[in-house]
Amino acid sequence: MKKLIQFKQVSFEYNHESEEEEPVAVLHDITLSIKEGDFVAVLGHNGSGKSTLAKHINAILQPTEGVVWVDGIDTSKEELVFEIRQQVGMVFQNPDNQLVATVVEEDVAFALENLGVESTEIRERVDAALQQVGMYEFREHSPHQLSGGQKQRVAIAGILAMQPKCIVLDEPTAMLDPQGRREVLKTLLSLNREKGTTVVFITHFMDEAVQANRVVVVDGGQIIADDTPKAVFSDVEQLKKVGLDVPQVTELAYELRKAGIDFPNGILSVEECVAELQKALGG
Amino acid sequence: MAIIRVEHLTHHYSPGTPFEKTAIDDVSLEIEEGELVGVIGHTGSGKSTLIQHLNGLLKPDSGKVYINNTDIFESKETLQKIRFQVGLVFQYPEYQLFEETVYKDIAFGPTNMGLNPLQIREAVERAVSAVEIPSSMLEKSPFELSGGQKRRVAIAGVIAMNPRVLILDEPTAGLDPKGRDTILALIQKYHQQEHNTVLLVSHSMEDVAKYATKVLVMNRSQLYAYEDVDSIFTRAAEIEKIGLSVPQITKVFHQLAELGYPVNSNTYRIQEASEQLLRLLKKKGEQEC
Repeated sequence: MKKLIQFKQVSFEYNHESEEEEPVAVLHDITLSIKEGDFVAVLGHNGSGKSTLAKHINAILQPTEGVVWVDGIDTSKEELVFEIRQQVGMVFQNPDNQLVATVVEEDVAFALENLGVESTEIRERVDAALQQVGMYEFREHSPHQLSGGQKQRVAIAGILAMQPKCIVLDEPTAMLDPQGRREVLKTLLSLNREKGTTVVFITHFMDEAVQANRVVVVDGGQIIADDTPKAVFSDVEQLKKVGLDVPQVTELAYELRKAGIDFPNGILSVEECVAELQKALGG
Repeated sequence: MAIIRVEHLTHHYSPGTPFEKTAIDDVSLEIEEGELVGVIGHTGSGKSTLIQHLNGLLKPDSGKVYINNTDIFESKETLQKIRFQVGLVFQYPEYQLFEETVYKDIAFGPTNMGLNPLQIREAVERAVSAVEIPSSMLEKSPFELSGGQKRRVAIAGVIAMNPRVLILDEPTAGLDPKGRDTILALIQKYHQQEHNTVLLVSHSMEDVAKYATKVLVMNRSQLYAYEDVDSIFTRAAEIEKIGLSVPQITKVFHQLAELGYPVNSNTYRIQEASEQLLRLLKKKGEQEC
């Protein structure tokens, strides 16, 4: 698969060019590549640098040192910023801060109208995007009548209408209830699997992260782990040290191993855990 | 003694319009003093409407609310007193900070209670120490603080009124795992020190299982369950059926019990789970020897 996003030795400081304020280093020497079709979960506690990392992907921020390429375009080329943003859409945490129009379908059409897309095509793309996120029947509703999860799905539809290769989501489920969280995650998984859209998903919920095909852990502005969920969650101690959770069953397996029991590492689901316990307990 | 008693409480939104909705449907409930109650339910189950009745922010269409055996809607004066006895911390309370300094913000409640300056200072100091905000921050603007600190200051503003009942509506929403654990541990410590009654609205059964003594489950505007944390998870299957999640550990132990292993199906903490399993594994080892 093609590398869609590449970070090469990227460092970033806030206030880099300010004369009055001290520079604040946020990212240090990040090298990372994301392939087309990847579903990457990014974990890290608040202040770890994960949002700063995400904002480099659609050129909201440019590296202080190093280079970021998106689909072969260097993000520091200002004249190409709009091309990058058509390839990479971004969804943020607060469902109430992202919708601008008074009717759902107008909100989804907003960017296309600004780009001067022809109106019949806008209609087609908006309908298709709303169907993909399961919000087509709400197309004539007002956003304020929707639940948080529904609002986030409309925000995702607004990005999809641009037909991007990649969606970056910065804690899109943090302010949602369990049902809203499930809706958003299901939508993202189906986009990834059915349409091959690349997803970069920042979250604090480990039950969501285990569903990605790759987990990147950021701490102190550096990548400290980058592997499959199974491999990353095997290292319970390291995750706890950087202030992150592990799923309960993963922790149980870890406790059993610590007590000297021969038990596999990196258990992520209830089913796996029960199956392994059956093996260990026999009978 | 029941500190909170709710009798046949019913509440409708937009009564008499086509949008009328029953938010609370004939709920009766008694909460003993000194409990730490986890309040769980879907969005729209009525849990927020219920807690807003407990300090008189909402008035029942029918039914009564008693705090410490007093009908809170008995008179205007009573209602005013109740607001100091039942402190309510809303979701994202940091959005409600408004004063110039942290000190003034926390002092707002005690000042309105009519305390003298010395008592106010004591109340503020007690509250900041409960939420572990260093006193060096008292003269800062609340807007200079980090998100987690702001939230703790907002909670301190309610604690400073020394309420007999403290209600927190999703105090960990939007926090990272470390921030969540810090806030919940502070609330637990505060509860243990003050021996007052705390209601904690949460979407996480795992957090409730870890910190609460009782669980109150709302479902479709009705009280679905109010019982000890120790017994609620025996009903795990039922609870999943109404769409609430149960801790992963509970699911594992229910399945093990169904498979015929001699385990306590009502297990919800990792510690207990691993102890039980280690005992079983040890027994098996001995039999094989």
